[in-house]
Amino acid sequence: MSTDETHHFRRMIAVWIVLAVVIDLVFYFAVGPHMPPGDMTSSASGQQRDFNILLLAALPVTLAVWVYWAYALIVWRGSRAGATEPEGGPKARGHLGIQIGWIATTTVIVLGLFVFGVIELIVPAGAGGGEGPVAIWTPTSHDVLPVQVIGQQWEFTYRYPTFGGFESRQLMLPTDTTIEFHVTSLDVIHDFWAYQLGVKADANPSTDNIAYTTTRQLGSFTVRCDELCGLWHGAMYNYGRVVPKSQFFAWAQGTERQNAANTKNLPPFSYTYVPDANGANGGYYPDNKDQYSKVETYGAKDPGN
Amino acid sequence: MAGLLAVAVGLVVFTVMAFLRSSPPTVDFASGHQPGAPVDLTLQTVGSIGFGIHPTWVSYLTKSPSGRWVHTTLWDVPAHTRINVTVDQYDGGSPLRNQQFGQVVGTIGSRATLNGKSFSVINANNGNGVAHTFAIPTLGISVPLYANNGNDNLCAVAPCTFKSPHNIVKFSFMSPGPGQYPWQCFLPCGLGYLYGNGGPMQTVGYMDGFLKVVA
Repeated sequence: MSTDETHHFRRMIAVWIVLAVVIDLVFYFAVGPHMPPGDMTSSASGQQRDFNILLLAALPVTLAVWVYWAYALIVWRGSRAGATEPEGGPKARGHLGIQIGWIATTTVIVLGLFVFGVIELIVPAGAGGGEGPVAIWTPTSHDVLPVQVIGQQWEFTYRYPTFGGFESRQLMLPTDTTIEFHVTSLDVIHDFWAYQLGVKADANPSTDNIAYTTTRQLGSFTVRCDELCGLWHGAMYNYGRVVPKSQFFAWAQGTERQNAANTKNLPPFSYTYVPDANGANGGYYPDNKDQYSKVETYGAKDPGN
Repeated sequence: MAGLLAVAVGLVVFTVMAFLRSSPPTVDFASGHQPGAPVDLTLQTVGSIGFGIHPTWVSYLTKSPSGRWVHTTLWDVPAHTRINVTVDQYDGGSPLRNQQFGQVVGTIGSRATLNGKSFSVINANNGNGVAHTFAIPTLGISVPLYANNGNDNLCAVAPCTFKSPHNIVKFSFMSPGPGQYPWQCFLPCGLGYLYGNGGPMQTVGYMDGFLKVVA
């Protein structure tokens, strides 16, 4: 590298460092706190932090490209008096320092992001993702509220085993509580995506997909199905709320009483339901003569007798 | 050769577009509506429509303001208006996929009437079971429709009349602001399709439709 090239290189690096520090600071303090999905829950704030870290790493890389582009446009433009043609072609190749620097830097960035992403997928309280029927991460808190999420074409319903197993179309959660979602489906594959909660778990038939989060803030959140599941997939959404504990218990106990007449008709609470256990034996009209098997009712009394 | 290819491509595009743009008719309950007056929406459910390209499919039908039965599930209704729904239910039944939908919700008073008798829950595991549900999930409305005895001589060609075994379910709800609200049946009644969820369960004009609320 010639003296002139070293001069240009140092100037570009200096400009880049100053701008990178400024843009990272501006992003971190001005944009970072508003990054999705917010900080309503532990998993949401973890995802927000991850997005911020990834962007803090990505912004200087993007900026490096822009600084080089702008520098070349300004300093090496053809109309500039006395501008020297930068060396290219064979002379630009074979610089060991640049080659090692380039490979080392990009390797560190890519591997660093890979390791960071893998760790963040599971280490911080499950990250709000579905962990399958045997959760990899489990909470240490004993104050855990189980909530079953049941997907069916085309609505999510929610069952609360702590309160007599009532089922509701409303998803209400208490604040400052670790929630243990058990996500399943009665028909096709759905995906439970509670956006502001930072929770996203596939709803598969005959599968109990467990996801954890801990509520931190009051407010409403959106639940969407995120797996193309048929005609009204686009309309398969509803809204949930995180409310104070006292309000939640009042709602849960009230709904338990209000739904009691129907709760006794539901199949016993189970982490999964085969279609027959919930009544629809494959969608074919029964002749009202077939007996329900014990598998179909999980050992409960034959509802037909 | 190029001309023939162009014609062929044009025919394919025309056919696909014609298919995609095809839609059941919309029954208009909004035009000429007097503000404050309720809208009477009368429907019937039948185990097999008996005509058209899917004669064996289960379906809803709608009675137009002129009293004619129309094979459609699309309705224009005025906003913020009481909708009085009457369903003449002619189909047999089964248990529900999810008994949660045996509960009446979202209607005025959270109740409906079955043959004149008020109810709020139907246990689909007992009796004749449930034939279908009328549900508008985005409005929180769901009403189970009690079935007829499957061993009876049920109507198999629509429109059905009261000469066939039937149940009459009535309920009311308030229409929301303008918009399109999908409605559906929650009982997997697509006979012959995997888990009963295909065919008419996935087709507008049969077991799915739009409540189109106009200002």
